[in-house]
Amino acid sequence: MTAWLERHIPKMVLAPSFVAILIFVYGFIAWTAWISLTRSRLLPKYELKGLVQYERLMAAPRWDTAMDNLLVFGALFIGISMLLGLMLAILLDQRIRVEGMLRTIYLYPMALSMIVTGTAWKWIMNPGLGLEALVRGWGFESFSFDWVINPDKAIYAVVIAGVWQASGFVMALFLAGLRSVDGEIIKAAQVDGIPSWRIYTAIILPSMAPIFLSAFIVLAHLAIKSFDLVIALTGGGPGYATDLPATYMYAMAFSRGDIGQAASSAMVMMGVVFAIVVPYLYSELRAKND
Amino acid sequence: MKKYVFAAASTLALAASSIAQAGPEAEVLHWWTSGGEAKSVAVLQQEFSANGGTWTDMPVAGGGGDAAMTALRARVLSGNAPTAVQLKGPAIQEWYEEGVLADISNVAEAEGWDKVLPASIAAHMKCEGQWCAAPVNVHRVDWLWANAEILSANGIEMPTSWDEFNAAAEKLQAAGVIPLAHGGQAWQDATVFEVVALGLLGAEDFHKAFVELDPTTLGSDKMVAVFDQMRRMRGYVDSNFPGRDWNLATSMVMNGEAAFQIMGDWAKGEFMAAGKVPGEDFLCASAPGAGFLYNVDSFAMFDVDGADKQDGQALLAKLIVGQNFQKVFNLNKGSIPARVDVAMDEFDSCAHLSASEMTASSEEGSLLPSYAHGMAMRGAQSGAITDVVTAHFNSDMSSAEAVKMLTQAVANSL
Repeated sequence: MTAWLERHIPKMVLAPSFVAILIFVYGFIAWTAWISLTRSRLLPKYELKGLVQYERLMAAPRWDTAMDNLLVFGALFIGISMLLGLMLAILLDQRIRVEGMLRTIYLYPMALSMIVTGTAWKWIMNPGLGLEALVRGWGFESFSFDWVINPDKAIYAVVIAGVWQASGFVMALFLAGLRSVDGEIIKAAQVDGIPSWRIYTAIILPSMAPIFLSAFIVLAHLAIKSFDLVIALTGGGPGYATDLPATYMYAMAFSRGDIGQAASSAMVMMGVVFAIVVPYLYSELRAKND
Repeated sequence: MKKYVFAAASTLALAASSIAQAGPEAEVLHWWTSGGEAKSVAVLQQEFSANGGTWTDMPVAGGGGDAAMTALRARVLSGNAPTAVQLKGPAIQEWYEEGVLADISNVAEAEGWDKVLPASIAAHMKCEGQWCAAPVNVHRVDWLWANAEILSANGIEMPTSWDEFNAAAEKLQAAGVIPLAHGGQAWQDATVFEVVALGLLGAEDFHKAFVELDPTTLGSDKMVAVFDQMRRMRGYVDSNFPGRDWNLATSMVMNGEAAFQIMGDWAKGEFMAAGKVPGEDFLCASAPGAGFLYNVDSFAMFDVDGADKQDGQALLAKLIVGQNFQKVFNLNKGSIPARVDVAMDEFDSCAHLSASEMTASSEEGSLLPSYAHGMAMRGAQSGAITDVVTAHFNSDMSSAEAVKMLTQAVANSL
């Protein structure tokens, strides 16, 4: 009896969460996929109508803008956050005096919600009452910083706020990575008289590859899911210049009573996530099998 | 003593029986949660209770009704719809097509709604000939608000055509005043757009374009002219407009930073709350062009089970269109009554103008639904048009290109 229990308890304990995930994640993905193939408007309908929602999606200029923005925002947000995070981590790694305090300061933005970040930066970047007004008040009348209200630049304003929020977290990840590198190897290199930039590029950074990958995955899914930051910072505007796929989906599902269209955009978003996550999972699993 | 006990017992029995067959009940889903609006809806609540009803309030704030609609969807899908829901425009018919609305024709006929409501507003309240909703108020959208002092200081009259408006705006610009206070949010861009469209297209073409969604009218040269005027309007707005809330734009007019604002009559509430007097501190006039764009709030009646709830629904419908509620509610909210026979003595001069023009335009056939406020078409179509309008207003897109995008977007949304 106890032997039987011992064998089966793990399964019994895991079963509820397994069932819950099966229904609430995969079940609803399947439901969304089904809805995306129908003509559902206000309420879900289950009659299949082919790929009409995807055709409408591809014909919508607003969706094009949203995908372009995702590309720009994703690339810059991930790239700059990682670069900035890495620089901060390396600088903090120089055994400086108040490291503990600095680390906390850099990490703090992560404790704020995106809504707070978005609202604060909305005010900071607003030309009428933020940075531009401040600098002009100092007498630099030609100073201009109107990215947040300029349709061509607004998406970069979103990047600034996003990077400010996430780079401290990336720094913490990298700092942990830097600290986990075997000190003996570094000392040996120092004895051999190798300059410290070379130690970083040839020894420390390559041995941190898994950390880069985790940081990338975390930032990538933050970028694709980004919703609250845009809503708080620009509300998708000016016009729909800073629309992202997530805000597009929200508008279709909840403001316009066009559930089928929302479902198809959600499926495309999921496709983008899969395109990033599947290679990652594949490489992880392969590494285990080796 | 015995008598006393008997009396007490019978009172108890009475009380018990009145619990057993409870009076009319209504559960009302709405998103009137901010100060003035909450006060307005409380009027209905009190009146309902005074008539022996039990009111279950279900306010869902957030997202300009989006959150309430999500709650409604969940309630309907679970087979437990509220008695009445704040819904408006074609959304009423959209819900009717889902087969979940009730028929309140007997109340409407007993109360003679057909005689007291303007025909085009009554049409919104009917689903395939039967009454399914009750109108609460009429907001006029095509208002031009102005700061009286600025206009007189610059020697400008309230414009009666868009050319006059442009001339006035350029004069103001030269004098260093922001001509038009505007908030760069999609719905505000759409509001200005439809007011300009009504003025330049005329009532007939407006109806063709934004109610019938006629592709030739949407793609016509007149529509190009509408976008041209929008481009001019963009020049009359200060550079810091994106994302600004409408009430901040209103206060720019109030404080003399800007001269005009184009906004529905909820803006009047802001002026009034600041202690400004219509005709003295600020001016209200119908925007250039003949016609009247209305935004009518209403309660749609959902199918409910049980005599208590059906009684509640009937009572609620009767009270909503009743003279007393129509007057008190609209005095609070800044709109005008939907029924035309309410005494207007206590209303201000802007409301008088609104009421008389509503009656006049109803006779001329130029009483038209506001597209920007979800009265003219369904969400997907109006959303598609707003996307084009706001994209044009916020970029350097040409008018011809915008018109092309407009016809494509409407076709794609059907």
